[in-house]
Amino acid sequence: MAQLSCQNLTLGYEGKEILSNLSFEVNSGDYLCIVGENGSGKSTLMKTVLGLKKPMSGKVITGDGLLQTEIGYLPQQNVVQKDFPASVREIVISGNQGRCGLRPFYTKQEKQRAAENIRRMGIEDLQNRCYRELSGGQKQRVLLARALCATQKMLLLDKPVAGLDPKVTADMYTLIEGLNKKDKITIIMISHDIEAALKYSTHILHIGNETFFGTRQQYLDSRFGAERGLF
Amino acid sequence: MINQLIAYMQYPFVRYALIVGILIALCSSLLGVTLVLKRFSFIGDGLSHVAFGAMAVAAVAGITNDMLIIMPVTIISAILLLRTGSNARIKGDAAVAMISVGALAIGYLLMNVFSTSSNVSGDVCTTLFGSTSILTLSELEVWVCIILSVIVLFAFIFFYNKIFSVTFDENFARATGTKVSVYNLIIAVIIAVIIVLAMNLVGSLLISALVIFPALSAMRVFKSFKSVTICSACLSVICAALGIIISIITPKGTPVGSTIVAVDIVVFFVFWLIGFIREKVR
Repeated sequence: MAQLSCQNLTLGYEGKEILSNLSFEVNSGDYLCIVGENGSGKSTLMKTVLGLKKPMSGKVITGDGLLQTEIGYLPQQNVVQKDFPASVREIVISGNQGRCGLRPFYTKQEKQRAAENIRRMGIEDLQNRCYRELSGGQKQRVLLARALCATQKMLLLDKPVAGLDPKVTADMYTLIEGLNKKDKITIIMISHDIEAALKYSTHILHIGNETFFGTRQQYLDSRFGAERGLF
Repeated sequence: MINQLIAYMQYPFVRYALIVGILIALCSSLLGVTLVLKRFSFIGDGLSHVAFGAMAVAAVAGITNDMLIIMPVTIISAILLLRTGSNARIKGDAAVAMISVGALAIGYLLMNVFSTSSNVSGDVCTTLFGSTSILTLSELEVWVCIILSVIVLFAFIFFYNKIFSVTFDENFARATGTKVSVYNLIIAVIIAVIIVLAMNLVGSLLISALVIFPALSAMRVFKSFKSVTICSACLSVICAALGIIISIITPKGTPVGSTIVAVDIVVFFVFWLIGFIREKVR
């Protein structure tokens, strides 16, 4: 069974449809890129997958031992976080919160998990720094470490390289690729960057006026690939 | 001056005022960071006006223990206000403004129309600026205040990590299985309790200052959530104690609430300066 399957989803705001009848599946270890124009409903789709928003119709089903709350999530930078006084370690460990239930404090195990993910993202030297003083790339690593505290199975990344310079962007892609290949974490990434999407992903979901879902190769062979005139 | 202070300490009302003042200051500073960062700085203001309105209603209805009305009304308004706030920021803003001035107007109207006291404007002024009420506390009121403060304090410690998650990134918390709406509700209730408590100290117009200033001062200098919270709690307690002492020992007797807020403002500028200089040095 697929880790995540969306069946006949119709999404929209206040009764206005923006996406209809969308179906796709994500299996363990996949690297899915969701591409499409601005306003095509990528962010709405993401919110629906995360369970933050109800679809107008259709279903999001998780399987293969994945619970909906086990989807780690890397948000776009929002306004609240910009002047938030929080140290890197405080933010990373807060990724464990979903598992706490009513328990007020983090366990030793959860603290270790946070330390481990901080190491994994290579931000040990930033541990006690204030989040708002970090550069864009460093912030993304912090949020990625937090997401890894919440899950070991699936990560949903919302435009993870938006606003980063080319070198940091490349590092970020390598980091994500490592998580996918080495740690077998399923990746779903919303992206504007079709070149990178084609370079790293195994599957592509194109939404907009026309919907396409298939493997990377199928996408290249399709009209979308041909139109790009590159391959 | 020390002698004078010790002499004043002999009076129970001075001791009560200090105990209550310090406890209220401690509690009110705790959620300051959360409110500032959630862009809810004004919710304290709105709620205190609601509490003022409820107090007027209680006075008009002739209910002696007005806490019984003020507390539930304020808690319900807090829940309603925070709920609208989480969906749409602008709507939340407007709702706060509407409820706060509405309650203020109705409260003042009721107090004027149905007043039994001979000095209405004096009463209103006392409620709004808490001029002397903290120096006229009864023993029962002191105990109520102590118990509520302890509850607030424990609730805050118990929910500390959850409050952090919900404040830092509500969507992430919700997506990974934290019951965000429950914790928002708890935050709302804690705020309401604090506001009602703080009305005794600084009056309903100045409560926001008590909630926001210590947090803003601490945020100038400290960088982690924990250090900001601890620092703002300490600042708030020190400022409250200083304010109360100043207002007692000055010959003319300055109003307690506004003295505390004035001390808070001075401390804010000191911390702002420290932050500013540190940034320049770096």
